Amino acid sequence: MAGKTLYDKIWDLHQVRQDDAGTSLLYIDRHLVHEVTSPQAFEGLEIAQRPLWRKRSILAVPDHNVPTTGLEYGITDPVAKLQVDTLNANCDKYALTEFKMGDQRQGIVHVIGPEQGATLPGMTVVCGDSHTSTHGAFAALAFGIGTSEVEHVMATQCLIQKKSRNMRVTVQGSVADGITAKDIVLHIIGEIGTAGGTGCTIEFAGEAITSLSMEGRMTVCNMTIEAGARAGLIACDQTTLDYIEGRPFAPRGEIWQQAVEFWRDLHSDADAVFDREVVIDAADIAPQVTWGTSPEMVCSVNSRIPDPAREADPIKAGGMQKALDYMGLEANTAFDEVAVDKIFIGSCTNSRIEDLRAAASVLKGRKLAVNIKLAMVVPGSGLIKQQAEDEGLDRIFVDAGFEWREPGCSMCLGMNADRLESGERCASTSNRNFEGRQGQGGRTHLVSPAMAAAAAVAGHFVDVRELQE
Amino acid sequence: MEKFTTFNGIVAAIDRPNIDTDAIIPKQYLKSIKRSGFGVNLFDDWRYLDPGEPGQDHSQRRVNPEFVLNQEPYQQTQILLARENFACGSSREHAVWALMDFGIKVVIAPSFADIFYNNSFKNGLLPIVLDDALVDQLFSELENSEDYRLTIDLENQVVVKADGIEMSFEIDEFRKYCLVNGFDDIGLTMQHADSIKAFEQQYYERLPWLK
Repeated sequence: MAGKTLYDKIWDLHQVRQDDAGTSLLYIDRHLVHEVTSPQAFEGLEIAQRPLWRKRSILAVPDHNVPTTGLEYGITDPVAKLQVDTLNANCDKYALTEFKMGDQRQGIVHVIGPEQGATLPGMTVVCGDSHTSTHGAFAALAFGIGTSEVEHVMATQCLIQKKSRNMRVTVQGSVADGITAKDIVLHIIGEIGTAGGTGCTIEFAGEAITSLSMEGRMTVCNMTIEAGARAGLIACDQTTLDYIEGRPFAPRGEIWQQAVEFWRDLHSDADAVFDREVVIDAADIAPQVTWGTSPEMVCSVNSRIPDPAREADPIKAGGMQKALDYMGLEANTAFDEVAVDKIFIGSCTNSRIEDLRAAASVLKGRKLAVNIKLAMVVPGSGLIKQQAEDEGLDRIFVDAGFEWREPGCSMCLGMNADRLESGERCASTSNRNFEGRQGQGGRTHLVSPAMAAAAAVAGHFVDVRELQE
Repeated sequence: MEKFTTFNGIVAAIDRPNIDTDAIIPKQYLKSIKRSGFGVNLFDDWRYLDPGEPGQDHSQRRVNPEFVLNQEPYQQTQILLARENFACGSSREHAVWALMDFGIKVVIAPSFADIFYNNSFKNGLLPIVLDDALVDQLFSELENSEDYRLTIDLENQVVVKADGIEMSFEIDEFRKYCLVNGFDDIGLTMQHADSIKAFEQQYYERLPWLK
């Protein structure tokens, strides 16, 4: 019999039962909760008079709606305020762990889970948010769910699931200097497409992946959903253990040793068989920039904006032209001719300390280009903000002309006041370049933190390596 | 949940791949703490020419006459026809709520994003996967028809055209069972409460650090 994949192992560990048609009841270890997708779930429980099955599995935090500036005034948008107040009231009512606004541990749900050690290897982690895939960096089976499933987990600690197929993306060899995790994952999405992983759990493997820090691995797993897969996974190794040890929610002492012994098996067996394998050569990866309205519309900063006329499939060509029209771009333009209005460094993809360091190292001693209307840094959590300030990164950003903001989801999706105006072009370290994502009519180009910093200095897209020489 | 019964409905088509959940229901409307009232903002950026905010009187906004759901008879659309990877992007169940609140009960596409596909069944919306060639055919028939209708028969897993031609589709047994009977998942899972408790007992003995 063939060996097991990492996904098989975690699945088997959590399967409560399976019916004849192959539908399983899967046990959930960690339930992360935020204000946007939970109020209707709490209401559903109340109406049905159902208790919460395991309150201690829940860690809650407001993030999508929180302002990133002027916190002394609270949330001024009454609709957003009601949503955050509702989360607070629900967490108080059921005595759930919540990091409220003003708590230094508050931040983006997918940043604070790992930061607190609340995400552990081998766990099943769910959240009413598609970027839950982030936590797969810890060899945890983590995926986004809808509000009905949020309610289902609250009531039963389980989800009704069908097993996905096993897919492995191996990035072999090492990337060139100046190439980051964001470039790796954007390149992967460009190769396999936004539906390339649909119906699959993707395990990322290969030297270019295992040599990443946990921050980099989280960036890769975060964007798995942009390749269509609900969950991404990376095997547990010493890097994983070093990151977790000593964090508030992590086990300690003897029980830590016991856990580590168990976690060491959290990798795919050598003879495991995958339903689909993709191999990518790390040496082919250049700094990436998206040019369209889907993350798969991405290319190297050194190539020209693609031409729909060269696309054989008429539906695809039509989609490309629509995207170029929306983005206000001409085919065959070089990226250094594409001027940028705003810079956003933040989001659950790229708001961790390593991301801020990478951007700051480019910005040190430099200033924003005159055409940049606004450049902002939104750290992923209050603790990251503090750490960055302790390292003096905030000074570098502010001296360069950036605004140094409070933690939250911010302009990744613009549910708070941080938005693009119609027609504005943004170099953004977030995860989605959909039409209107950062504000109606806004034009988003996804890049790494270093590339966003380079665009801030140059006023247009540029290969960051030119500034690093 | 309401039982899903066979019906004949008007079909509207949006000819784009990768229609994302931000397009289906933009973020500003996700601030609601309710499950209802999203229909008026379905495809908001495409449906209206001016920007919208929650709480606004949307009947006063400038509608985009070019957008299909603003045209007759498509305001009564019950079946939406789309291209591949429909509803990719975020996990927002509001996308399903908005479609259903508008009156749409079925979406036909060559493929769907996983989370949306899952969310649909929890609310009684039926996502039907048909292969590319069949979807192409439906698109071209619809383009040449004034009032294009299809019959959706979930019991027999067929889409029936006006000329009586049937196209069968696959659906997971359990999901079909829940839709046809209008069953609530949580109630069904609670029937296995003892299994869950037994599972927990052995699980936390093996993995005490998670207790």
